[in-house]
Parts: sequence; structure tokens; C-alpha cells
Amino acid sequence: MTSLAADGIGIAFGGVRALDGITFETAEAGVTAIIGPNGAGKTTLFNILTGVYRPGRGRVRLFGEDVTGEPPFRLAERGLSRTFQNLQVFFRMTALENVMVGHHLGESHNVLRHLLPLPAVFAGERRAREAARAELAHVGLEGVANRSAASLSYGELKRLEIARALAAKPRVLLLDEPAAGCNAVETEALSTLIRRLAGEGIAVILVEHDMAMVMSLSDRVIVLDQGRIIADGPPDAVRTDPAVRTAYLGADG
Amino acid sequence: MAARFGAALILALVVVAVWFLADSNFVLRVATLVFIYGLAAIGLNILVGDAGQVSLGHAGFLGIGAYAVAIGPASLGLHPLLALVAGVLLAGVLALVIGRPILRLRGFALAVATLGLGILIAMVINNEAWLTGGPDGMRVGRLELFGWRARGTDTWYWIAAAALIFGAIVASSLKASPTGRALRAVHDSEVAAMVAGIDVARYKSAAFVISAVYAAIAGGLLALYDGFVTPDVAGYLTSIEIITMVVLGGMGSVLGAVVGAVILTALPQMLTAFAEYEHMVLGLIMMAVMIGLRAGIVPSLAALFGGVLRRVR
Ligand SMILES: Nc1ncnc2c1ncn2[C@@H]1O[C@H](COP(=O)(O)OP(=O)(O)OP(=O)(O)O)[C@@H](O)[C@H]1O
Ligand SMILES: [Mg+2]
Repeated sequence: MTSLAADGIGIAFGGVRALDGITFETAEAGVTAIIGPNGAGKTTLFNILTGVYRPGRGRVRLFGEDVTGEPPFRLAERGLSRTFQNLQVFFRMTALENVMVGHHLGESHNVLRHLLPLPAVFAGERRAREAARAELAHVGLEGVANRSAASLSYGELKRLEIARALAAKPRVLLLDEPAAGCNAVETEALSTLIRRLAGEGIAVILVEHDMAMVMSLSDRVIVLDQGRIIADGPPDAVRTDPAVRTAYLGADG
Repeated sequence: MAARFGAALILALVVVAVWFLADSNFVLRVATLVFIYGLAAIGLNILVGDAGQVSLGHAGFLGIGAYAVAIGPASLGLHPLLALVAGVLLAGVLALVIGRPILRLRGFALAVATLGLGILIAMVINNEAWLTGGPDGMRVGRLELFGWRARGTDTWYWIAAAALIFGAIVASSLKASPTGRALRAVHDSEVAAMVAGIDVARYKSAAFVISAVYAAIAGGLLALYDGFVTPDVAGYLTSIEIITMVVLGGMGSVLGAVVGAVILTALPQMLTAFAEYEHMVLGLIMMAVMIGLRAGIVPSLAALFGGVLRRVR
């Protein structure tokens, strides 16, 4: 079965075609990497797949259902989560609270109940705090749980976003350049985490410029260039694809 | 528990202390006004400080509460308490209906749209003289419960104090709940909030309705206490005053909203010694506070002194 599927997706910004005829399907588990030079349209594709943008053309399907145009919070209810290339952190909160926001889907949405000092609500908060602490530990941030997010380093914030996304217990997880700002040790830990998530049955879609990480981690690599897919296949096939070499890897020699 | 309701606890202590220290009815009357405006500011702070959405028209909801307790008993023969409930419901429903489209706007556009909403409500009150008495205002009957009449400085001091502390407990509960966290998430990043599954429009609308209900209750109390209402209660100057209380005292701080109410309500009374320079001094104090304590009085001082104070915000 497929998890996330794009069907002829296109979008233009003021006449510039950022994406044109993007079609692919991802498996229910495993790591799919989307690579491509700067400005290829990777983040724009993520924004369309997660409902942040509405595509000009084409459809998006999630677990077989057409979800084109559904708002992000509805897609989140269906099991979709993501991180952002340009950080979208709740900077007025602590690291722990950021992750607790990720629990939102599993929490009571009864605003009237939350207006009263109910012991049941306080108990729920205590449990949420404990769970968030464990989720921070998954990305190695247990030490900064009570620090303000505004005081964390770039690499820490990247991992904080991953912890927050995981707190929603997603079935499909989109990561936009998660290793940016991470050192070699942190990147290795991140690879281990992603491998484990894929093993647990999550479909991970990874946008990343760190080629070593992409090649070692991915089951499949999709290459975008100027808004089009120019290659799609297993890492080894993509690595040796002449079109990819000229358009993308060619730049590195 | 103590940390969660620190603000309400501190307010309760202050209420008792002022009661014992007050050397005149005048002080108690000013304190009563502070409590009522503080209640409105606590409510507005949920919208502005927590959810990060501005409203420059909240006095409109104050006006709805105030005129409900004036018109209800006079024209419909309603019990004042029932009239207050009706006014609060009306304000809540109006906020629900108007909140959805208006809260799609952001920043300056939202500021101007809410300002317009407030002006619109004030205009209706002004123009429908057959019902509201127009610009001259109208008398408000006394609040009576089981043959007991709410009158006198002491009685109203405690009614207003109880409302304020109740309002503080509700606001602190909300803050410490998943809804409070969702509102703060909307404030910091709408896109990240949406991706986390938060229905941003619904939570903005909830904050708008809650703050409107606070304002309507405050307006009703104000009218019952004064025994008279004029359209000024709904005017834009009142709106500006309430939001100034929030920003001055501290965005997102329950205690801060009340400190803001003290500055805008009680300080002018204390500054009467400056005679015609009173408003100048008040303006200078406001500017100095914002320059020196940018996050508002309570959060800035809490950050400065850390520890104990931080837990009571
Ligand atoms: N909101 C927007 N408005 C106008 N143009 C946009 C917008 N978003 C993206 N673009 C344009 O679309 C193209 C693709 O951008 P996108 O951010 O998707 O690239 P990317 O592959 O993620 O690049 P990078 O590797 O640098 O992150 C670029 O030309 C960009 O300028
Ligand atoms: Mg990008």
C-alpha cells in the first residue's frame, strides 16, 4: 500500500513554475529521499504535501484518499507530520512545552473544561510532561528540557522540531534538511533515529543536502531539478544516473 | 497548585490587605474600579498575550454587558442577574459570529477591523436612544438577590474582588491546560501549530469569545456598581485603555493585567496632586515603563528577580 502520493502536482509563483508535473508514490514504511540543487522546489513540494500550500494543479493522496486542499491540521489528524527547513519553533516556550504541543492531537479539545481548575486536567498535564521528557530524550535533548527554546542552538532546535513532530505519533514524517547545523556525531545519531523510525513502520520522506547521509539511509531517492523529477530509484542507480550527475552532483565534480 | 494559582492567591492577599489598610471609602471605590477593569484586562490578555491576536474594540463587549443590565430590567422586566447572563451570552455569540471572519486578518488589518467593531457597537448604543437613552446614558436599577440589595461601598468592593479572583483562577486554569498551550503555539508560529494538528481558526475564535465574555461581565458589574451607564463605556478610548493595561502590565500575565489596571485606574487618582499635569505625568510613566520594562511590568520584573515571581505569572 502507498502512504503519500503526488499526482501531477504543479504550482507557479508569479509566472515562475516552481513545480511541474510531480508524480510519485511512497511506500508505507522506509525512507524516501528527495534531493536536488537549491531552488529545485523541494520545500515547496513539502508545503503542498502537508497542506500549507494548495497546488495549482494535481492531486495529493494520503493512504489512498484524496486530500488535496485539506488544511494541515486535518492532514495531521490523518497521521502526517513534518519539520521545517526555516525553523518554526515556539520561541516563547520551553523545549519541553514545544514537544507537548506535539501531543495536541491526543489531548482533549474541550475548551470549556480547560477553563476550570480540574484535577483531571492537571493530571493529564503531568502525564504529558513526562511523555514529552521521554520524547526529548529520543533526540538527545533531555538536558535542555526546561530551557527556553529561544536559548537553544540551531542544531538543537532542528532536533527539537523532530521531537515535536514525533510526539504527534505520525505514520508519515517529512523532514526538511534535519541535519543542517548538526555536527558529524549529531548527524550519525540522527541517521540512527531515522533508521529506527523507518523500521517501526513510519514512512519517512527526507530532504537533505548531506549526500553521505542520504545515500546510506534511503531506500529510494527522488531527484528534483527546476521543479521536475529527473531521476527516481534506488540510491545506487540514482548516483550513477548521467542526468543527475550533470544537473546536480555534477556541480560537485 | 500554589504555583498554578499564585496570581489568584496574591490577588486575594492584596484584596484583604487593601481592605484593612484603606483609610477612606474613596480608596475602596477606586479599588473596586481597578478590580472590574482588571477583570476585563485579564480576559483581553488571553486574546492578546496568549493567542497573540490584537483587539482594539473590546470596550464594545464591555458596553454590551453594561447596557444589558441597564435595558434588561428597565425594558424587559428581567432580573438584573438574568440580564447580565443575557448580556454575556449576547457578547459571546457576537464574538463567535464576528470572530471567525475578522480573525483571519493579521497585524494592523486585525487592529483596524476590531477597532471598527468597537466603534460600530458604540454607534448603535449612541443612536438607538429609544432603548439606550442615547448619548445621555441611562439609569441602572440596583442588583437585588433574595430581598438583599447590593449597595454600599463595602458590598461592591467584595463583589468586584470575588469576580476578579474568580476570573484570575479561570485564566490561570486555561493557561495551564492544553488549550492555553495551543493558544501560545498559535501566537508563536501558526504554521507549526497547524502542522501539530491545531485548528488555528477555532482556537483564535475561542480566545476571542472568552475575552468578550470577560469584558461583558466586567461591563455589567461596572454598570450595576455605578448605577448609571453612558456610551463612553463602549467607546474606543475605553478599548485603548484596556489594551494599554494588558501591554503595560505584561502580555500573557494574569497579575500583569491587574497591575496595568492599577496604573490606568488608580494612578491618575494618586497623581491629582500634579493638578493639570496629571495626564502628562501618567503619559511619561507609561513611556518610561515600556522603555525600561519592555515585556511589561510583571514579566520584566519576574525575569529580573526570577524564582518565586516567575511561578506566579
Ligand atoms: N512563497 C513563495 N513565493 C514565491 N516564490 C517561492 C515561494 N516559495 C518558493 N518559491 C520559489 O520556488 C522555487 C523553489 O523553492 P524551494 O524553497 O521549494 O526550493 P528548495 O528545493 O527547497 O531549495 P533549498 O535547497 O535552497 O531549500 C524557488 O525559485 C523559490 O524562490
Ligand atoms: Mg528547501
